[in-house]
Amino acid sequence: MEFIIIIISAIFVNNIVLTKFLGICPFIGVSSKVETAAGMSGAVMFVMVIATLVTYLIQTYILVPLGIVFMQTISFILVIAFLVQLVEIILKKVSPTLFQALGIFLPLITTNCAVLGVAILTMQNDYNLLEGVVFAAASALGFGLSLVIFSSIREHLDLVDIPKAMKGVPIAFIVAGLLAMAFMGFAGIV
Amino acid sequence: MNKLKNFTKGFIQENPVFVLFLGLCPVLGVTTSAINGMGMGLATTFVLLMSNIVVSTVKNFIPDKVRIPAFIVIIASFVTIVELTMQAYVPALFEALGLFIPLIVVNCIVLGRAEAFASKNTLLSSAIDGFGMGLGFTLALVMLGGIREILGSGSIFGYKFIEGDGMLIFILAPGAFIVLGYLIMLMQKLKSKSA
Repeated sequence: MEFIIIIISAIFVNNIVLTKFLGICPFIGVSSKVETAAGMSGAVMFVMVIATLVTYLIQTYILVPLGIVFMQTISFILVIAFLVQLVEIILKKVSPTLFQALGIFLPLITTNCAVLGVAILTMQNDYNLLEGVVFAAASALGFGLSLVIFSSIREHLDLVDIPKAMKGVPIAFIVAGLLAMAFMGFAGIV
Repeated sequence: MNKLKNFTKGFIQENPVFVLFLGLCPVLGVTTSAINGMGMGLATTFVLLMSNIVVSTVKNFIPDKVRIPAFIVIIASFVTIVELTMQAYVPALFEALGLFIPLIVVNCIVLGRAEAFASKNTLLSSAIDGFGMGLGFTLALVMLGGIREILGSGSIFGYKFIEGDGMLIFILAPGAFIVLGYLIMLMQKLKSKSA
């Protein structure tokens, strides 16, 4: 039961993009095509789950016993940077087309605040290892969900006749606002 | 003249938020009031300035292949300094900004300036660039925070000028996206006119 609450809350109620504002850069950056959006979500999910797992272990077995929790930010970001490098190498071998499509945004997962944010939130919420991993996976799903919805809306937006100054990013933000409003409807279900 | 231009380019022409679209997460996340926006902006400015200075100082000693991790460690050190300092001296602001203070480390604009500017330029111009960009970032945050605070709670910098609540939606998540959307639109309009 507890896991279901964590999952629903992370995907819908506290969606990391639309209510917590994490990972906005890829949300705006790679969301002009559904395909790239889906690929990006997959990459983020992979990195996010492993990053949460590894940072949890580092926090519990290294930082806390040694009393150096203030090193949290530095050590976490290094782990994430390392993992992203790993995903990049694997993807280059396994799926070159996806690698091409994700292009510059893959190394940018390092600076995707959602990954570091979820790792830190896991510590702040005092989740145990399993809850933390479930939370990370659900957060990544929430990220993917909003990214895919948003990109399919944006594909249609290209064809719409709007004032010139509104084209591109401004209208995207306003659509994101409406989407966030829709997600507010989930508030209170858990 | 050139130095002045270097300093002021971050304000409007290359404003990190309105033009470059960098570092948007804290922009949306913390700007529920003008004062929060300002606190976040100044914290980021400090990190930008110091990391630009250090990166441009050590740029010749860092092998090209490991420069990104090295930059990240430099940035993370300054973020930790800011984090501990704010926790000690302005606990209320620290509470309000919450998660977004450690997240300065992954703010694309800090790493972006280190990589795109400080790793190629002299100490002085990197410092000026960092400071100018930081102030431009702060300007954007205060503008967005101010507008949201005025519309959402009818006050500015905590000073209340209407009775009761404002339009709450502007304090909540959707308001952040919508106000920023309109501000960027305004910027693009102004730019297309001047061009």
